[in-house]
Amino acid sequence: MKFNDAVFGAILVVIALAIVVHVQAFPTIPGQQVGPALFPGLVAAALGICGFLLVLSGLRHRASQPWIAAERWTRSKRHVAAFLAVIAAVAVYIALAEVVGFLIVGPAILFALCVTFGVRAPLAAIIAIVATLAIWFAFYKLLRVPLPWGVLTPFAF
Amino acid sequence: MDALLLAFEMVFAPQTLWVMLGASLFGLFVGAVPGLTATMATALLVPVTFFMPPITAIAAIVTATAMAIFSGDVPGCLLRMPGTPASAAYADEAYAMTKKGQAELALGAGLVFSAVGGLFGTAVLIVCAPMLADFALRFSSFEYFWLVLLGLTCAIVVTSERPLKGVVSLLLGLLVACVGLGNPAGFPRFTFGSTELMGGIGMIPMLIGMFALSEILRYATHVGARTVIDTQPIGNVFRGMWALARKYPVQILRGSTVGTLVGALPGAGADIAAWMSYAISKKTSKEPEKFGTGHVEGIVESGAANNSALAGSWIPALVFGIPGDSITAIVIGVLYMKNMNPGPTLFTQNPQNIYAVFLLFIVANLIMIPLGFLCIKVAKRILKVPREILMPVILLFCIVGTFAINNTPFDVGVMLAAGVAAWVLEHNGFPVAPAILGVVLGGMLEENFITSMIKSDGSLAAFFTRPIAATLGVLTLAAWFLPPVVRRLRRVARA
Repeated sequence: MKFNDAVFGAILVVIALAIVVHVQAFPTIPGQQVGPALFPGLVAAALGICGFLLVLSGLRHRASQPWIAAERWTRSKRHVAAFLAVIAAVAVYIALAEVVGFLIVGPAILFALCVTFGVRAPLAAIIAIVATLAIWFAFYKLLRVPLPWGVLTPFAF
Repeated sequence: MDALLLAFEMVFAPQTLWVMLGASLFGLFVGAVPGLTATMATALLVPVTFFMPPITAIAAIVTATAMAIFSGDVPGCLLRMPGTPASAAYADEAYAMTKKGQAELALGAGLVFSAVGGLFGTAVLIVCAPMLADFALRFSSFEYFWLVLLGLTCAIVVTSERPLKGVVSLLLGLLVACVGLGNPAGFPRFTFGSTELMGGIGMIPMLIGMFALSEILRYATHVGARTVIDTQPIGNVFRGMWALARKYPVQILRGSTVGTLVGALPGAGADIAAWMSYAISKKTSKEPEKFGTGHVEGIVESGAANNSALAGSWIPALVFGIPGDSITAIVIGVLYMKNMNPGPTLFTQNPQNIYAVFLLFIVANLIMIPLGFLCIKVAKRILKVPREILMPVILLFCIVGTFAINNTPFDVGVMLAAGVAAWVLEHNGFPVAPAILGVVLGGMLEENFITSMIKSDGSLAAFFTRPIAATLGVLTLAAWFLPPVVRRLRRVARA
């Protein structure tokens, strides 16, 4: 997705304004002129100015830069699926890993991703299991990272 | 002297050597696979180095990055696809040489002069870093404030075609650094009641997201034809290297010098060093017409430049805690994690650690020659590794690696958000490097700014009263205001 600079600029101006308003509520330190609001306030102010300049430049180049330009990949179903699958894989892991367990979620997202990227299902299944076990062994057994067991907790070893 | 012995002991400990060997193979592989960069190699290493002693952790990063920058040349030469951005400058040239049947010469030049450039950069690091550290011992918050600001300014001037977008990227990074309790007042900012955000947004999860996850997203959305590997056998890559060294001594020296300098500039790393050196080489060559047709001269010069940049970027990172490129931005995170906080005191209090870093660079650049040779021999097999399998596995590795730092799924969310944000920004022409620098340096910039303001009782004039601070301040302001003024003057002169 390519957006016109003005779109970004407008978003930045809104963010900057929100921050400038938000930091006004920060406490001041008695006897001192500088408090925790100063630095983020200055940065946000600068961001607001940059956002405004981006809006100007975006409007100036309006002819060559549409508001949103769809790129080649957005018209290919396979690529859109691949893009969404990557994001979904991480989201699914965050949502389910604690409950269901690494050894189930890991192979599931690997399998799904491989298949979306065009690997044949049997090969994808093998890779999903082998790679999950390898990563699990390296991190859980060797580096002692407490990867969640989830529903498999009774079988933990 | 004792410190030097200690350093030798740490570097040549069996554990460190094994880690270096492993990191070398990892670096060579990651560099040789197009789409996986040296920065990504570093980001992926961090969760593993988390469990190592400090010097071993640094050893892993130094060797992996040196190898990756070299091995990025290999697919550039054989497929016309640079393995890392640092090889992009001369990938066309190297591929043209392969077409002419000179693949050995191109790969050999890449390998040998990478090592030479790396050693040159290391020599500069060894000489300059302690001198700078000695000088920096006298710095107060005023000097540090200007130094950080100058570093951030450099990052924008050097890395962006459109400075405005670079500034936006930097400011966003600075704002992210504001989150949490870690400010001089200890007041929880932008935490929205979340306890997870109290400690700030984790730097390592963010870096893994920005450099590894965004790379996977780029792969997922890449529309392109499959490439065919040239199948001619590769012979002895070392033949003719001595002749090249005698023919192009000036180019090697110049490439290494430019590389080290560009590396030391905050924000600019091996890729920009290679582009600059290639351009300089072409401009000053006696036979510029041969460039682009498979001529080795530019490869010699820019091949030396990108590896010397790697060492150069460690100079500001170790002395001031200001990263010279995105790799050292990650390194600084690792140093803090290992209680080896960068700064001039690192040189005075634990000199053995610094000597060990120097030694690591020398060893890494020397073992690059045999291991790189091996990599060239098996290159064709590496290039056939299917990326549709590699990328999902890397993604799971990123998730687990991120989780491993603090054992919290919240960090995995940070990684996801940072990865998507980096992908969107880069896709729309916002450079990512200034954002990283903003995140890494935000705390330091604010702390020195606030401390200075408190010391001076709110007067901005105090920022210019100390001689070094004043010089740095003037330089910074010049970097801000000179380019637009010069541009305006040029326009006026032309009209």
